[in-house]
Amino acid sequence: MNPPKSATAKKVDVQAARAPRSESEELISGSEAISHAVKLADVDVITAYPIRPYDTVMQYVSQMIANGEFDCEYIVAESEHSQFEIVKHASAVGARVFCGSSGVGWLYAFEALAVTAGLRLPMVAMVGNRALDDPGAFGVEHNDALSVRDLGWMLAWVATAQEALDTALIAYRVAEDSRVFLPCAISCDGAFLTHSQSIVKVPSQQMVDNFLPPYDRGDKQLHPDNPITVAPQANEDWVMEIRRQNDMAARRAREVIIEAYDDFNNQFGRGGEPFIERYMMEDAEVALVGMGTLAMPVKVAVRKMRQEGKKVGFLRVRWFRPFPTIELQGALSGVHAVGVIDRDYSFGSTFHSGALANELRSALYPLANRPKVVSFIAGLGGREVSTDNVIDITGRVFAAANGGEIDDQDTYWIGVRE
Amino acid sequence: MQQINIHALSDYLETQVLEPWKGIKKVAHDEYFTSGHRTCQGCESALVMRLMIKAAGPRTIVLGATGCMYVANTTYYSTPWVVPWMHTQLGSSGSAATGTAAALTALMRKGKMEKEPINVIAFCGDGGGADMGLSAISAALQHTQYNLLIFLYDNESYANTDIQVSGLSPYGANSTFSPPGKVHRIMHKRWKKNTAAMLAAGHPDCKYVATVSAGNAVDTINKVRRALTIGGPTFIHSLDPCPKGWDYDPKYSHDLGELAVETGIWPLYEVEEGKLKMYGKSKHIAKRRVERKPVSEYLLRQGRFAHFTKEDLDYFQGKIDEMWEKWLLPGVIPFTGE
Ligand SMILES: Cc1ncc(C[n+]2csc(CCOP(=O)(O)OP(=O)(O)O)c2C)c(N)n1
Ligand code: SF4
Ligand SMILES: [Mg+2]
Repeated sequence: MNPPKSATAKKVDVQAARAPRSESEELISGSEAISHAVKLADVDVITAYPIRPYDTVMQYVSQMIANGEFDCEYIVAESEHSQFEIVKHASAVGARVFCGSSGVGWLYAFEALAVTAGLRLPMVAMVGNRALDDPGAFGVEHNDALSVRDLGWMLAWVATAQEALDTALIAYRVAEDSRVFLPCAISCDGAFLTHSQSIVKVPSQQMVDNFLPPYDRGDKQLHPDNPITVAPQANEDWVMEIRRQNDMAARRAREVIIEAYDDFNNQFGRGGEPFIERYMMEDAEVALVGMGTLAMPVKVAVRKMRQEGKKVGFLRVRWFRPFPTIELQGALSGVHAVGVIDRDYSFGSTFHSGALANELRSALYPLANRPKVVSFIAGLGGREVSTDNVIDITGRVFAAANGGEIDDQDTYWIGVRE
Repeated sequence: MQQINIHALSDYLETQVLEPWKGIKKVAHDEYFTSGHRTCQGCESALVMRLMIKAAGPRTIVLGATGCMYVANTTYYSTPWVVPWMHTQLGSSGSAATGTAAALTALMRKGKMEKEPINVIAFCGDGGGADMGLSAISAALQHTQYNLLIFLYDNESYANTDIQVSGLSPYGANSTFSPPGKVHRIMHKRWKKNTAAMLAAGHPDCKYVATVSAGNAVDTINKVRRALTIGGPTFIHSLDPCPKGWDYDPKYSHDLGELAVETGIWPLYEVEEGKLKMYGKSKHIAKRRVERKPVSEYLLRQGRFAHFTKEDLDYFQGKIDEMWEKWLLPGVIPFTGE
């Protein structure tokens, strides 16, 4: 079987991309970048609750409100469960909402997260990825956000502050599209992204208004003029049909994301390919796959190895939900071996791999010439993944490609004291 | 002292002005909670829902927490709610009301929705409200910029899940999690939380807290209308006899509600802008103008207390006597003066 063609091959319209734009350049962190997006999106209701590292975004948001730069209802909730329930209900009334959390805070809200997706409410949230307690750790792990991966949440992972801002705008557009109406979380690696500054282009209000239409809940809006009953008891009579509708929405999200990136690329002159980023993949014999700020050490290592003539590329998964099955099949069908670096764990799962490796393996399974998949876990609890770690990983992936002594039915922990 | 209206500083929305209805004949005929629900015969809570929304009228959004009044009331395709209605999670009545009110505030201020006063009511059961959802209700009562009413319908158990003991179940009640057994006759030894007074005392900025009993329907209606008119976050607690959970003939729901008041177990009062007012028979009890009926008259009519011995009845009576004879504010605030 040939890999299906990617629907994303559409070229960027360079002329439109050069259209006059007014963007300011600012030295800001990932959290601050998202706060700019939230303001530019003219969000109506925001709820906050403190937990590191996501909470920096709410510090920026509250300052903007206090200074009169941004008008919205801003509520400091008494728990994450309430934090997410409040915006869930605001969204049902037709308000554009923003929320966020990290680590165990995100899990404290879990019930609210489930119903938000079940109710097809287009909440946009920031997850400042953080290890789950216990033991206590502030550093990044992806298990917090990944915990909602089966519920209907769209999940984006960003690698730079610019991408954080841009993805937040795209997230509103996709989530609030009535073909989708699903919540979207933007995952930002704790510290490496939430707290690290870089130069970010902040678009003008005009540019954002052109890109992002107002939220219209339509005939699902809870209002006395539209006296509907939302979320009745459906039971076995109807639950399966409703689940199926959510499934169809999650499928449709794919096309809506592609449309949004096309428009974004046209209007802003950046944004790149939806779903995945390909780095030195053209002639790659082996590929590394990962999410988030892992891209930094991996790209440096890939460049270094390329100078030594090693044909290695990197494929960064930008959206975990919807999972870029087609893109990954297309991009990886030509390589001999793939090394997946998970910054998460899935104890007791297939080959003891992380969530990304397990998903990727099943995506590649239908391919006639499927590459070997070697699975790695690295950088847990915020531990740095060094370029040397990446070079070590790549050595093993090459070994797998060349029939060496590599176990592709187990998972290698990298940078761990055994 | 000069009164400062802090709401003038923010975008406090106007409320609907709902005058009290003086007598049963003045009560509107319109119903906004109609056919389609499937509660037990004699379910007082279902009646309470009907009175609550009749009082509020059509320009109201109702949020309902999980519990009997959700599960038995909103079967898909046969909702009894004529007004917009939305489910909220078991512990989320406070958050549901806050989020809904916040959205209305933001959308109206920003010109994204036509400006008009819309009532927001979130209801919850005793389990969802006074156990799991207490912190969210407490938080909601602190958000004085929003107009919302939290309505707690108290059937004194987690009824929908088959009658389990909650923090508002009376001492000693038989429930599926607290059955009287051969070794432990009394499995449930906690004393019912004093919820309305706790919330009133603990949230001095909250402008209206009341207790009601549907046996007194007009009063229940007018308390809802008062709460919605005075605005800000408000709270009403209704004691609802539940034939299934309390184990009595369904035709006695009203009688038991009245007995709860007459025995002094359920004091009726309101706290408006910090001012306590006892009303109905509770006022006479507080002023010692009428004798309280013995609690055994109330307890022994319910199967959930059938295992009570004289000792248990005496203990219960003693606690109720304390409420009215020793408390700083009889029936309401349980401290004793020096
Ligand atoms: C988070 C959560 N835990 C447990 C339940 C199961 N549950 C459904 S209804 C209910 C009873 C709620 O009791 P109460 O709030 O007193 O309302 P009632 O059923 O008595 O009307 C429970 C425990 C649930 N829906 N959600
Ligand atoms: S169990 Fe009680 S509260 Fe529930 S429907 Fe029956 S009577 Fe009403
Ligand atoms: Mg109950």
